[in-house]
Amino acid sequence: MTASKPAMNAPLLEAAQLAVNIGGHRVCHDLNWRVEAGESWAILGRNGAGKSTLLATLAGLRAQDRGRLSIAGHALPLASQGAGARAMARVRGYLSQHQIDPFASTVMETVLVGRHPHLGRWDWESAEDRRIAGAALNEVDLGGFAEREVQTLSGGERQRLAVAQLLGQEPQLFLLDEPLTHLDLSHQVAVMELFTRRATEGAAIVAVLHDPGFAARYCRQTLLLFGNGEWLAGPADEVITATNMTRLYGHPLRELCADGNRWFVPG
Amino acid sequence: MPTRRRALLVLAVLVGLALLSLLVALAAGSLPVSAGDVLCALSGEKGGLAVDVIRGLRLPRALAAFACGGLLALAGALMQVLLRNPLADPYVLGISGGAAVGALSAMLAGLTLALMNLAAFAGALAAMLLVFGLAHGDSSWTRSRLLLTGVIVAAGCGAVVALILSISPDDGLRGMLFWLMGDLGQAISPWPALVVLALGLLVTLPFARELNLLARGDTLAQALGVSVGSVKHGIYLVASMLTAVAVTTAGSIGFIGLVVPHLVRLAMIRLGWGNDQRLLLPASALAGGSLLVLADTLARTVIAPQQLPVGVLTALLGVPVFLFLLGRQPNDRQ
Repeated sequence: MTASKPAMNAPLLEAAQLAVNIGGHRVCHDLNWRVEAGESWAILGRNGAGKSTLLATLAGLRAQDRGRLSIAGHALPLASQGAGARAMARVRGYLSQHQIDPFASTVMETVLVGRHPHLGRWDWESAEDRRIAGAALNEVDLGGFAEREVQTLSGGERQRLAVAQLLGQEPQLFLLDEPLTHLDLSHQVAVMELFTRRATEGAAIVAVLHDPGFAARYCRQTLLLFGNGEWLAGPADEVITATNMTRLYGHPLRELCADGNRWFVPG
Repeated sequence: MPTRRRALLVLAVLVGLALLSLLVALAAGSLPVSAGDVLCALSGEKGGLAVDVIRGLRLPRALAAFACGGLLALAGALMQVLLRNPLADPYVLGISGGAAVGALSAMLAGLTLALMNLAAFAGALAAMLLVFGLAHGDSSWTRSRLLLTGVIVAAGCGAVVALILSISPDDGLRGMLFWLMGDLGQAISPWPALVVLALGLLVTLPFARELNLLARGDTLAQALGVSVGSVKHGIYLVASMLTAVAVTTAGSIGFIGLVVPHLVRLAMIRLGWGNDQRLLLPASALAGGSLLVLADTLARTVIAPQQLPVGVLTALLGVPVFLFLLGRQPNDRQ
């Protein structure tokens, strides 16, 4: 990432005329979109709309079909490959939908993996790295789990471990693919709160979510993917409406209000 | 994961054990030798028959055994990460099959030992390029496709080997069987294998942390800054070359490549150090080398003067040891 110095105030994420397709399906076309530091975006759409595909493209893990895409001023997918990949990993973090553990490993080891982009080729994890990893574990309520074998964790605990690994990575842009999978309600709230706290501290989050109510409550901006390549982006208050949600999910949805929060239930 | 100091300590102990195994190999045999003879042979002083036997026969053979064991264990550890499968071994992708076709064809044609080694190496390279080319296809390089291609190529080589065995004259069969089971008696010089082992460690160790990430999945590794495509191609090429050199030196010795990385990993997990390739790779190489030196020493002494193919012994000893350790491992999933 040394080849092109980014502009001082380049947005964390910028897409211009972006087109993404997968298997002949149009995820989005002509997407013009910016994510600035401090913003928190939800991506909503029905199953198969291409939310995860778009997120992986934004992370530089797959190439776009057309258009320009950049993270902190560095053009993707080039900047996320080869020699630039490690520098890119210090800027953007990506939470995958699936966690796999083919080999035995402890919880602490798994969190420390997130420190990789901060370590030189011959470095070993320092006491400071372990402190950061421990703090991340505390944040996701896995404080006493450091020595536990990963393969013995429950689905929700494993998901929170993946979140802790991402926190340990300390990126500025968090790309979250269904961060609330497997989590019980209290942990769903806790995880959304810890990510939105990161956004208020100057990071940015882009989260694929399934509950418009959670999106409206925790994210200030929302991107809708309608599944035919069309999209709609804007402030959550304006974008998440009963009309839009009904169109988005292809099922009539009703808006309920309680204590200032909006929730959507099947009508 | 271990701290760097602990990892170095473990490696130092393993180096000590490796030297010890080499001393045992030099001292043991049908011709009894004294400790003085061994020292004399190593220091380069002139001596009697015993010194000549050690310097001319036992030392090169023990070094070849160490190098082959190290090569196979290192290649096995790399393959297990590449295929993200603890059951992978250096031969799973058909390298040894290709080498066997080359070596046995050369034996059938009555070529010299040096030409036979050349043919084995050419066969291994051909299998490696064939699998690489076929699995690569339209540039999508998935694990299952690589594994399937390798298994099919290995099966094809197996058929050719069976064909050669069935048409070859009876007096050549014994040599072919020894080659197939792995036998250090045919090693010409230990140096190529030792040099390749050192090179293999030198090129893989700087990437050991990347391999740790790769073992946790391509997506995670790429998202954390590993350039997955080139690292995977690199591991495939390095592991294949290591295997090709080992097989060329001593035939397809089984079991070391599958079991040694496993034993080391089991030990590391029991110590709470997990699956850290920074320790696993060099520790596997040292342990694999030492183990093969001891196994080969047994192979040439158990029913001396007759010699056993060392591949038979590695399996006979390795199977019960491995099953014992596996049985004692607490089943964490329950």
